[in-house]
Amino acid sequence: MIEIKHLYKSFDDRYVLSDINAVFREGITNLIIGQSGSGKTVLIKNIVGLLEPERGEILYDGRDFVRMSKRERVMIRREMGMIFQSAALFDSMSVLENVMFPLDMFSDKNQAERVSRAKFCLERVNLKGAEAKFPGELSGGMQKRVAIARAIALNPKYLFCDEPNSGLDPKTSLVIDELIHDITQEYHMTTIINTHDMNSVMGIGENIIFICDGRKEWQGHKEEIMTSTNEKLNSFIFASDLAKKMKEANT
Amino acid sequence: MFLIHGLETFGRYLQLMGKTFSMPERWRMFMKQYLKEMEQLGVDSIIIVLLISFFIGAVICIQIKLNIQSPWMPNFTTGYTTREIMLLEFSSSIMCLILSGKVGSNIASEIGTMRVTQQIDALETMGVNSASFLILPKIAGMVTMIPFLVVFSIAAGFIGAYATALMGVITVDDLTVGLLHDFNQWYVWMSIIKSLFFAFIIASVSSFYGYTVQGGSFDVGKASTNAVVSSSLLILFADIFLTSLLS
Repeated sequence: MIEIKHLYKSFDDRYVLSDINAVFREGITNLIIGQSGSGKTVLIKNIVGLLEPERGEILYDGRDFVRMSKRERVMIRREMGMIFQSAALFDSMSVLENVMFPLDMFSDKNQAERVSRAKFCLERVNLKGAEAKFPGELSGGMQKRVAIARAIALNPKYLFCDEPNSGLDPKTSLVIDELIHDITQEYHMTTIINTHDMNSVMGIGENIIFICDGRKEWQGHKEEIMTSTNEKLNSFIFASDLAKKMKEANT
Repeated sequence: MFLIHGLETFGRYLQLMGKTFSMPERWRMFMKQYLKEMEQLGVDSIIIVLLISFFIGAVICIQIKLNIQSPWMPNFTTGYTTREIMLLEFSSSIMCLILSGKVGSNIASEIGTMRVTQQIDALETMGVNSASFLILPKIAGMVTMIPFLVVFSIAAGFIGAYATALMGVITVDDLTVGLLHDFNQWYVWMSIIKSLFFAFIIASVSSFYGYTVQGGSFDVGKASTNAVVSSSLLILFADIFLTSLLS
């Protein structure tokens, strides 16, 4: 479980995150949603330690990440897996080497065991046979699946996904969403997904946090969105005519 | 303003070097990267070093023969001067200036691209010291390979000078006497010592510019240019200091 208490972050005296409080539970897909520039990416970067918050607490199963020493942070980072918007695969390495990288760095298993684990992870994301390929030879969806395989290679307790569907077609997005959802349940991980993809919200949003202008505006389950009276949430979620009609039909 | 900016940049460079020079997390991974960098930065530069040194050796020999050699001078002057130029300046300083263009832009653009495509963020999130993982093998690889490149450059320069003998510019005997005349072994060591400092400058300064890129592909290109310009200037400054110290 990850808990965030009274989190603040500013850039050049302008608060990008103000008094964020949230709880992200394990075994379910937690979504952070909000329009571009609302502070979603800054929030996830604070949670994983790529940015330092001004004030507040980030608790990983009760352990305060903000006040940890460098060494403690390195240890906790080995319990994290992250999928970046651009997949962030190492382009000088093959698919297998990418997935093996965290194992090579931190696992005490022998070479054969590491290869076997990496191949298992690739099979799990339906990428058997792509081991020798390089990231540049893969489609966007395949790159995201390699990133997922790399993220789960060390059996992480916490999985972070920064706009995993960015640049993907709706059908591939669904595949990626389902994969992340299934893996979260299978490994009982605490998963946080940063997205503004409405298909993801309505498909896998078991705990949704809506951020607007750096503040938490709303929190709930995907089914509660349909009946929400929060104006800012409604204007964000039901921005298109089609979505508005869906909402009217539903209510 | 310029001074403050310069000091700030130098401070950030020192901070990055502090982060870079830490014990590798996995020696196996470090050695793998180190060997890769030796190949990429050193072995892949051999051809260009040999080619440039060969032609410069030949041109120096021709120029000295045509413009300096006179009946009042001993016949070995051309060979002697060619050797001194190759040993004292060309194979260390000028060769490193050329390498700062080839290797420096390669390092800055590689690390810069990794920064803008979030590959460095990915390393950090995994708990890897990205500076040490990426930069240390480059510095170590470059410093290891540069003495070989210097020796190859000196040899290729001499072969170039001998090639002019085939063109009839100078006789082989005169050139050989000149190349061997009053030979001071320390000049070879001096050349190698200087090149070790220059190799460190090329690898560390270029890595700094790549690592600190912010933005997109345009900024990677800018960082690459800055890396080449800065490392070239630093090599020239260091050359003055090292030459007066070692001579």
